[in-house]
Order: sequence, then C-alpha cells, then structure tokens
Amino acid sequence: MQVSMTVNGQQRTDEVEPRMLLAHHLRDNLGLTATNIGCDSTSCGACTVIVDGLSVKSCTVLALQVEGGEVTTLEGLAGEDGELHPVQAAFQSEHGLQCGFCTSGMVMASVGVLAANPSPTDREVREGLEGNLCRCTGYHNIVRAVLKAAEAGPVAGQVPQRSQEVSA
Amino acid sequence: MSILGTRVVRTEDPQFLTRGAVYTDDLTDERLTGALHATFVRSQVAHAKVLSVDTEAAKTAPGVVAVYTAADLTDLPPLAPPFPFIAAEFERQWLCTDTVRFVGDAVAVVLTEERYQGEDAAEMVVVDLDVLPAVVGTANAAKDETLLFPAAGTNVLAAFGEPAPADFFDGCEVVVEQAVVNQRVAPVPLETRATSAVWGEDGRVTVWCTNQGAQQAKGQIADWLGIDAGLVHLVTPDVGGGFGAKIGADPEYALIAHLAKLSGRPVRWTESRSENLTSMLHGRGQDQVVKIGGSRDGTVHAYSLVTDQDGGAYPRIGVVLPTLTMLMTPGTYAFPKVHAQARVLATNTTSIGAYRGAGRPEATAAVERAIDLFAAEIGMDPAEVRRINLVPAFDEPHATPTGATYDSGDYVAALDRALEASGYAELRAEQAARRERGDVRQLGIGVSTYVEITGADNGAGTGEEAELEVHPDGTATVLTGTSPHGQGHATTWAMLASDQLGIPVEKITVLHGDTDRIPKGGGTMGSRSLQQGGAAVHQAAVELVELAKKRAAERLEANPDDLVVDLGTASLTVKGTPGVSVSFAELAAEEALLVQTTFTAAAATFPFGAHVAVVETDVESGKATVVRIVTVDDAGTIINPLLAEGQRHGGIAQGVAQALLEEVLYDEDGNPQTSTLADYPFISATELPSFELVDMATPTPMNPLGAKGIGEAGTIGSTPAVQSAVIDSVAHLGVRHVDMPATSMRVWKAVQAAQAGAQTQNGSTN
Repeated sequence: MQVSMTVNGQQRTDEVEPRMLLAHHLRDNLGLTATNIGCDSTSCGACTVIVDGLSVKSCTVLALQVEGGEVTTLEGLAGEDGELHPVQAAFQSEHGLQCGFCTSGMVMASVGVLAANPSPTDREVREGLEGNLCRCTGYHNIVRAVLKAAEAGPVAGQVPQRSQEVSA
Repeated sequence: MSILGTRVVRTEDPQFLTRGAVYTDDLTDERLTGALHATFVRSQVAHAKVLSVDTEAAKTAPGVVAVYTAADLTDLPPLAPPFPFIAAEFERQWLCTDTVRFVGDAVAVVLTEERYQGEDAAEMVVVDLDVLPAVVGTANAAKDETLLFPAAGTNVLAAFGEPAPADFFDGCEVVVEQAVVNQRVAPVPLETRATSAVWGEDGRVTVWCTNQGAQQAKGQIADWLGIDAGLVHLVTPDVGGGFGAKIGADPEYALIAHLAKLSGRPVRWTESRSENLTSMLHGRGQDQVVKIGGSRDGTVHAYSLVTDQDGGAYPRIGVVLPTLTMLMTPGTYAFPKVHAQARVLATNTTSIGAYRGAGRPEATAAVERAIDLFAAEIGMDPAEVRRINLVPAFDEPHATPTGATYDSGDYVAALDRALEASGYAELRAEQAARRERGDVRQLGIGVSTYVEITGADNGAGTGEEAELEVHPDGTATVLTGTSPHGQGHATTWAMLASDQLGIPVEKITVLHGDTDRIPKGGGTMGSRSLQQGGAAVHQAAVELVELAKKRAAERLEANPDDLVVDLGTASLTVKGTPGVSVSFAELAAEEALLVQTTFTAAAATFPFGAHVAVVETDVESGKATVVRIVTVDDAGTIINPLLAEGQRHGGIAQGVAQALLEEVLYDEDGNPQTSTLADYPFISATELPSFELVDMATPTPMNPLGAKGIGEAGTIGSTPAVQSAVIDSVAHLGVRHVDMPATSMRVWKAVQAAQAGAQTQNGSTN
C-alpha cells in the first residue's frame, strides 16, 4: 500500500506492507537510522519521534497510521543552518549521552516533555521520561540536560518549522 | 594549564545528536547490498530431547532463501568449553542436534530476503521435542539427579578452593551465618546483538558486529570456525552499550559468517529484545553463604564466603567469575583469617557472563552484608564496625590473604568523606525520630565500602597498543586497541595526545575496532581502557615529541635538549629564542611523523570508595524508595571529570537496579518469566534520585597517568549500600536480612515474618 507523510520537512510517498511499523519505515525505507529500536514491547522509547507535534514511540505505530502526517526525527531537529536544537545542545554540554543508543528517542521525548511543560522540575522531568530507558547515564545528566534546555524558553519544546517542499 | 583534568565535552556528540551513531544494524556498506536477513528458531522448552526438526513448510514461505539446521553444519566442529579446565563433554552444538538445554537454545536459522519474512518463516519450522525435567537453580543442579550433559557425569562445571578448616571460627565470641542470593540479572545494553558478514573474492570474510573488543572477537570467530585468523576482517561499528555482555564474540556472530559462506550472499542479523533477554549472556547469579566471626568490641577475626555460581546451560565467561569473587573476598577489611570457595553449576537457563563488575560486586555485596549482620548481632553502628576493621591507609602495596596486592588506598578517609557528606549523624537522628513516632515512612541508611580490581591480566597481559600520527594539515590520528561503547574514548584519548602536542582535541581523530588497521588490542572491559589504552596514547605522544625534537633539531640547528613544545601553536621552539620554531605539521610535511608503541602496566589497580544510600520505606506496603545516594569513588587521577562522573552515574544506577528491582526469573520448568522489557523491571528515571558525588583521588603508581578504572566502581559500591539501607529501614521491626532485589513484596514479607516471629517468641515466653 502507498503511504504519504512529511518527514523532516520533506514529502515522502512510499510503498509499504500494511503491517510495517513506522520505526522500520523510517529506518529501512527512508534511511533515517538515528531512530533506534531497543525493544519489542513499547518499553524503551529508543524509537521516539515527533508525529504531528506529539512524541510517540514509532515501534507502536504503523506507517499507514501516519498517512498525511508530519514526522520529525532526530535528523530533522537541528536548524537548517546546522545549529543544534536547545535539547541537542544541552545533551552535549551536560554529557547526557554515552553509548548514544537511547539518545535519539531521549532527545525527542525531552522535546515532548518541554512542549507540555516548559519549566519542569527535576521530578517532572523524570516522570516525563519514564517511558525512555537508558542503561549508561543513570539518567542523572539526562535530567540535567533537559533542565538546562528549558532555560532556552519555549523553543526547547518545539520542532523546527521547515518550508514545505511541494511535490509536483 | 594542562587540558588533563578539565571538563571537555565529547567530540563524538555532534554526530550522535544530529545524525545518530552508526550501529551495526544501521550500516549501509555497499558490500551489504542485497544482504539476507537471518532469523533464529530457538527452543521454547528448557530441557528436551530433539526428535526432529522439520523445515519443509518454512522453506516454501515467501522470501525464504534457505533454512539451516545442525544437519547442514557437519563441517563445523562443536564449540569446545572456553577454558581448558572444563571437561570436554560440556561442549555445545552450533544448532541443537539431540538436546535443547535452555529456552533460547538455537535450533535452526532462516535466511530471508526481507526482515519481516524471517519471523513468518521461523514460526513455520516444526521442532518435535521430548521434554526432560529442567534443572533450575544451583541447589537443584548440585543434586546431580538430572544431568545437562550425561556424558560429563555431573552438573559441576568447575570447582575452586577447599572447605574451611573445622576450627576456622574457634575463639570467636560471636559468629553469624547467612545464606545470601546475588541474583541473576540481565545486562540489557540498549543495542541488542547484531552482526553482518560478507565474503570477498579474496577468500576473506568481513564481519561487522557489536562488541567490546574487535581483536578478541575476531580471534574467537576464526577459532570457532576453524579458519586462519588472517581470513577474518572484523569491524566494530558504534556500539550501543556493552556492560560486559559484549566481551568477545558470541557463537551467533560466527555462525552468521559461516552462513554467508554457505548461502553465497551477505547476511545480517539483529536480534529482537525478547530474543536478547533469553539468549544473550546474563550476569551475577550467585548463591552465597557468608559466615563471619569476631569479638563484641567490633573486631572481626574470621570471614568465610562459599559460592555456588549458576553457569547456565553452556560454560561461558561466568565460569571464571567466582575466582574474581574469591580474590576480592576480604574487600577493604584487614580480617586476619579469610576463606573463599566456589563451584560453578550447569542449569537449564541462559548462560552467565560478565556484567558490570563481573565477580567483584558479588564479593563486595557478600562482605558488606556480613559486616552488617555482625554489627547488628553485637549492637554496634555498622559504620563504626567498618572503621574498626578497615585496612589502614597504605602507600606500599598491601597483600591480602586471598592473594591480591592492592596498589594504594585510604579506605578510612573514603568512609569518613562519605559519612560527612551524607550528614550521617543527622540521618541517624532523623531515623531515630521516625522510629520513635512510628511513622509509616521509615528511614533506612546503608553504608558500604569497597575495593575492586581493574586492569587485571585476563590472560592477555596488561599491555595495550597505540599509534599516533600528525598530518601535514595539522590534524592527528590516534589508533587504539581499546574499544568505546559509550565511555568517550574519542574525547579522552584526544585529550591525552593534545596534552603533549598542543593540537586541539577537535583536530584529533581516534580510530578503533578495525582489525586490519589495528591488528592488536585488548578491547574495553574490566575498567582497563584508560589505565592501559589511555596510558599507551600518552606514551605515544611523549615518544612522538622526542622523535619530532630530533628532526626539528636538524632543521633549527639546535640541540634537541633545548627544544620545548609550545602547546599554544603545536610546535617546537628553542628555549629562550622565541620565534625560532617549527610546528609538528611542518615536520610531518617533510616526513611521516608517526609513532607506534606498546604500554605495559606494572600491574592491576584497585579503585576504592564508600557509598551511603538513604531510602524511605513504606512499612505498610514494603515499598522502598531511594532518596539519596552519596558516593566517594577514588579511581586515582581523573583525566576528564565530566566523563568520569558519567561512568559513576551509570554504575550507581545499575547497582540500585540490582538492589531494588531487577531479576531474571524462571519458573520451575525453566520458562523465563522476564523475557521482554515489559516484564523485566529495567530501572527508569523515576526510580532514581540525582546522585551526590564526592571527589577523592589517590593516584596509582602502576601507570604514568596515575589512573585506575572507573567503569564499574559505581555498581560495586551502590548495590550493597542500597540493599543495606532497605534492611536498615525495617531493622527496628526485627528484620535482619532481605535478599535482592528488595522488592515491595519481599520487604513486606520480611516485616510480616519478623513480627510473627516476635509474637511467637513473646507467646512462648509468656
């Protein structure tokens, strides 16, 4: 079946099996491998992306369900000039990542947390990220990174609005 | 000011944060175009005779190119036990022939054109089994009633040490004994196992796989397949966490390489999480008996630790972990008499391997539990009992009764710093007030001290390779035999080179994990990287400066001894003659400026520390919540505090996880009960506080950096501190011991049992 969606500002139309997960569509069909898959039970959140403004686990969404939707992955988070998103910048400055496998999902989920609550407390960040697992950091520096990113203001909870490419 | 000791943010992060790292499943190498996807068919039964494996239906499924069983692998010799002291009868088949020995044992492999087709076809392979009784738990295995390997005549894979002499505890006023479980846990690196393999026209195979040491993985794969090691080119892409479970190769990696040959196509395999939780090595899994004796003044005279290690179905690294536990049995304490003994038993469960700490956390957990039990028995503050028995500060090597030689340490200072930073006296006062009031939420305070061994000689020596080259454009390249999977080698190794050369960290590229470019290397495990691999980079940089001075001396017509490095310009200048200089880049333009070196550490190092954990326990539900963790982790000289703290954080969290939450469970038939992340209680952000880290640095004389290992220390210290805190929170209700994980149910039951016991006792005396 055909599915069309806007991914990181680009209109994409692809042939997919009805059962294909959004996570596999992004990785295998669109080559966006920053989105990782760490479990098969919607537990780890490594595959978190932003769909129509909400952070979702892309392993639990069929590609077809996103027909006509707008998807932002880690690859689409920095500005078009390459400037890091406040959450990306804070993850680097606060050492919020080690092996990096959870990072893509953790960063996208953090954007979602800050969209819902621009000035969270330590505890609110922890509760907001409960569905994203990390084995390396003990979450300490991830929490610090999200709190640091919040200092940038509302932009930390937003994904870049890109000029839509119109397909012929 | 030197760059060493400063908080340099990671150079690898911009890519990780914008495009993502490139893990094995992300590879787009053109040689993998058209690769087949491998899917394993695994046993759903813990122990059974294999009657037949019918692949006919699966072979007709869409996209199936081949289905392999043991019958297709007769060319491959079985997998021999990994250590020479294990009886040859404990051998493993690549794919099960006559017997399956754990849920997850591989029976067949399906190769398909596409990823999803593999799962469809794998379900169509029909495996006919005759179920046998399952052996679960070491006590069950020790009975030798059901044997995993009947030809071996026993389930005992290995035995170490002798029983304690009968008079071992003679003369002790107080002797306490306790059975202690150091439960089986799952390492769960977020990246599951993955590999790809393709054979070239030159007859060599290129294997990409996620691992902690490319050179070791390459050697194992060649050895298992019975081919010349020169025919294997192993490449380690970015690695999504290891924690010990990715040391070396797994048989699956070698089998995928073999199937790429049989099928004539490149093959890729990435396991699912549920497959990972049943088939990747587990950690810990020790049943211990601690016995401690001493005087009522708090002095311990004798301590014994007897361990039954669960080895799982097939012997892997787990077989030798109890030897590390035995080595570290006395921990930080100056006990006059120490006894350690262990055996390893085969069970119908997933094999045991290394997991963060690997044998040392088990030793620390045991001795800290023993000290607490002893303190409770004599009614003395557990911190005070520790202080009385700690090895005093030492600068000269300290030999222990179990054969370790500690390099440097000041355990009393570590304990005092942790107690002071935690406000120990105030915490005890708060605890007393809550007990007095009978609060529902009671306070528990757990103290641990630890010493561990890092950079140990694991059979490959204590050396590491490094190559450093400066290029004419002013950049530099470091080649290392160590292997990052989150530790930040690219940044720290660049700092070590920059410290000597003045070339900015951003201009130094660190390469690793390609066995054609870096044939020798020990990988990253046992907290060895910095003290051996980092020290090798430092040595290479020092040697490169000497080489550059010789060349510059001719060019500048100066004595090499009069040349000094100007770090600001990455050049050599003549002392006292500013303006006369030549940069490393200019020298490199004349002739390759390159050094290869091997650094060999004098010996292993022994990081140490003390942790204080504070928990609040709801005594009505048994739920314990960690509210504070204060840690002193002394790993000698710190090169990058930002990254060292990150290592401590992660380690602490994994210790809390084992103490409170995580456990791999099987039912009595050997069925795993925790085979998805929905069932396995992987610790989350909500279950942890932020951590309070206290600095302490006692350099080691074993390497020029003065650095000890930091990767595993956090886990080793925090596990017993948190367990102790939970027990302490309900100690006033009569509880003396709760096994890990100290779940709500377990704590609640312990409280109920203690109170029922107290009532019974009261009833009998009235």
